Amino acid sequence: MSIGHTFLGLLQASPRHGYDLKRAYDERFGQARPLAYGQVYATLSRLLRNGLVEVDSVEPGEGPERKRYAITEAGVTDVARWLAQPEKPEPYLHSVLYTKVVLALLTGRPAADLLDVQRAEHLRLMRELTRRKTDGDLADQLVCDHALFHLEADLRWLELTASRLDQLAREVGR
Amino acid sequence: MSADALLVAEDLHRRFGPTPALAGASLAVAAGEVVAVMGPSGSGKSTLLHCLAGIVPPDTGRVRYRGADLTAMSDTERSALRRREFGFVFQFGQLVPELTCLENVALPLRLERVARRAAERRAREWLDRLEVADVAGKRPGEVSGGQGQRVAVARALVTGPRVVFADEPTGALDSLNGERVMRLLAGAARETGAAVLLVTHETRVAAYSDREVVVRDGRTRSLEQVA
Repeated sequence: MSIGHTFLGLLQASPRHGYDLKRAYDERFGQARPLAYGQVYATLSRLLRNGLVEVDSVEPGEGPERKRYAITEAGVTDVARWLAQPEKPEPYLHSVLYTKVVLALLTGRPAADLLDVQRAEHLRLMRELTRRKTDGDLADQLVCDHALFHLEADLRWLELTASRLDQLAREVGR
Repeated sequence: MSADALLVAEDLHRRFGPTPALAGASLAVAAGEVVAVMGPSGSGKSTLLHCLAGIVPPDTGRVRYRGADLTAMSDTERSALRRREFGFVFQFGQLVPELTCLENVALPLRLERVARRAAERRAREWLDRLEVADVAGKRPGEVSGGQGQRVAVARALVTGPRVVFADEPTGALDSLNGERVMRLLAGAARETGAAVLLVTHETRVAAYSDREVVVRDGRTRSLEQVA
């Protein structure tokens, strides 16, 4: 995810100190991976350098956490462009799982077991996300659903591949 | 197999004509456990469920419920057991169209000779718990698919069953309604300590379970054993 653009969006909503910006980011988008302070200030200095944000006010005392940042006109244009641009759909063509299945078949290992083990791992994660979703608020539900739909797609692929293993084994063996 | 298992299937085989539906299926379900039975179409998952519920007898193998051999019971004994100890939810609610939703939920209690007033009071509590109290007076034809399925879940749970058998309970619903039914079914079962045996081909629905058992070509495979 583009941290810079996310900061710009948060700063357009309201000017903030570096610490508040990190907290807002972590609460809304960080999930289990909060930002490191170094990352926050490195991003802010890049945005400053590019004229996308400016220091709105400096409170008495030294240190970067006391500066309040605001978005500039150029920053507003930049975040608008980013929001309007569609994300590139991930084609998922480099599948580690596919490679593993083919290698298992080539080396005479049980490919069906490999698929089942992966299936169990996927379902374990799906159960965990479902629990989190059931106990969580709407933000949790939407974030978990996004992950769940992707895991579901993987599982469908695992099922389909399991049903075509014999055919794949013949082709791999040629 | 777990020593405190409520319901146990041992090496079940069952043919329908020349077609083997089960070819060595084994499964143990503990009290309070939600188990998803998954597998491709025609793999034998529904037959397994029907054998476990005493609806279809296996050709060979045994089904034990709380230590008693279900396969050795008479039809009358099995019917009584199904009425008193088991609850059922199917893909299409199978509610009685002439009765109101409240009467549908109260029906299993009325069959057990519970007085109408007491039966309807309990039915109303269950409709409330399944978040469909507002459809109590309507007939099944007048409610949405999701509401009808929640009424069906209320009917399955109203007698306080020890095991709930759910065969594709969300199969006819959209994703959001399906998950709502599943959340309420799993939640209610966990509260009452009932075991749930859930047949589904939807992984998002199976994710509400505690564990999965996969059926392939009539044989069961527990994923945990592989991992």
